Amino acid sequence: MTTLQKSGTMIPITITKETVLVVKEQDVVPLRNTVKQCAVKIKMGLVNQTKLITAASELVRNMLRYAKGGAVLVETVSVGRNQGVKLTFQDDGPGIADINQAMQDGFSTGNSLGLGLPGTKRLVNEFDIKSTVGSGTTVTIIKWVNG
Amino acid sequence: MEIVQVLKKRKQNVLKLWLDKQAHDAALNGNPFDEGEINDYVEKLVDTFVDSIENSNIDDIKSADFDAVIELLREVSFKRARQGFSPRETGLFIFSLKESILEVLSDDLKKSKEAIPFIITLSRLMDSLATVTFETFIEGREDVINRQTDEISEISTPVIKVWDGILALPIIGTLDSSRTQTVLENLLQEIVETGSSVAILDISGVPTVDSLVAQHLLKAVSATRLMGAECIISGIRPEIAQTIVYLGIDLSQIVTKSTLASALQHAFRILNLAVRNNDTTKTIKK
Repeated sequence: MTTLQKSGTMIPITITKETVLVVKEQDVVPLRNTVKQCAVKIKMGLVNQTKLITAASELVRNMLRYAKGGAVLVETVSVGRNQGVKLTFQDDGPGIADINQAMQDGFSTGNSLGLGLPGTKRLVNEFDIKSTVGSGTTVTIIKWVNG
Repeated sequence: MEIVQVLKKRKQNVLKLWLDKQAHDAALNGNPFDEGEINDYVEKLVDTFVDSIENSNIDDIKSADFDAVIELLREVSFKRARQGFSPRETGLFIFSLKESILEVLSDDLKKSKEAIPFIITLSRLMDSLATVTFETFIEGREDVINRQTDEISEISTPVIKVWDGILALPIIGTLDSSRTQTVLENLLQEIVETGSSVAILDISGVPTVDSLVAQHLLKAVSATRLMGAECIISGIRPEIAQTIVYLGIDLSQIVTKSTLASALQHAFRILNLAVRNNDTTKTIKK
């Protein structure tokens, strides 16, 4: 198991949580709407909202493409006075053999632009990926309201 | 079984009881099926059902004798699905026939030794018939959904000719692979038919531009260029611009504009056209 980046030392407190199952392309839009509702609820600005939704969209497409679906845990979290949306994407697909390679711009095994993972990392504040070949991948991202 | 013969004799009673039940149900649900129509079906159903039921086929729904009954049932269920009835209501319709038959025959059944096997086989038969109504009901609904899907994909990808040689294509909604395919086909076809040299893809109505959508857009632009036309992407909102930069998508090879109006200006410039204001006799340089 490889871990790329540890999340911050403060442990966020979960305020609300909701699980969305994604198994087909049509499930992407409902997931985006759920994420958007959470972001609006904690008064996230439009630019950060768009970044978060785009990040969610990238990760969920990866999940559909390589692992034929999975589950997404949508949480609103807070650390001190700062609130944010935390998303956990979990699948039991083939896993990623070399995470460092997957995090490089332009690397893709699926004939895409190869910007999904590195782009997502740039769009959010905290990014953590764990993957075991043969048993699946878990990606956790957090976007803070002020960040 | 003698009971089957008794049933044939009591056909009119069954019909009357079932009609009563339907009238009662309709009053309960408050949305009566067109009464004349339903009564027609009820009569036909009882007729064909009672006529086709025999000792030999009562335990075999697949028997060809029931084809006419199933055909009728499918017709009723399909119509009801179209009219917005719930599957429960449609299911109850056929279940109440079973009730009617059993109620009409209850006295004879009490005397008969074959009562229990008869009830079991009849129930099995009627349940299979009810399943037919569910299947048809779902088919009916799917038919509606398919038509809507077709309609949506048709109305959502219009190609508009805004000027001689300039096409505009407003994209609304999520741009997935199949949408992109339709959009692209329409666009390329229209370029050929109108002989246009500039195409404007407006993405104001696309809620999220992620790398997959961007990839689709890039493909659309290269395909348009191969056809000898220039492609402009308009409707890039500020938050989308920031997101694209953070994602690291390179759109520098493409002409992008924030509004359809500025894309149109750019198109005029490409075609060496100018829009003039007649009031001031001043030419507004475009």
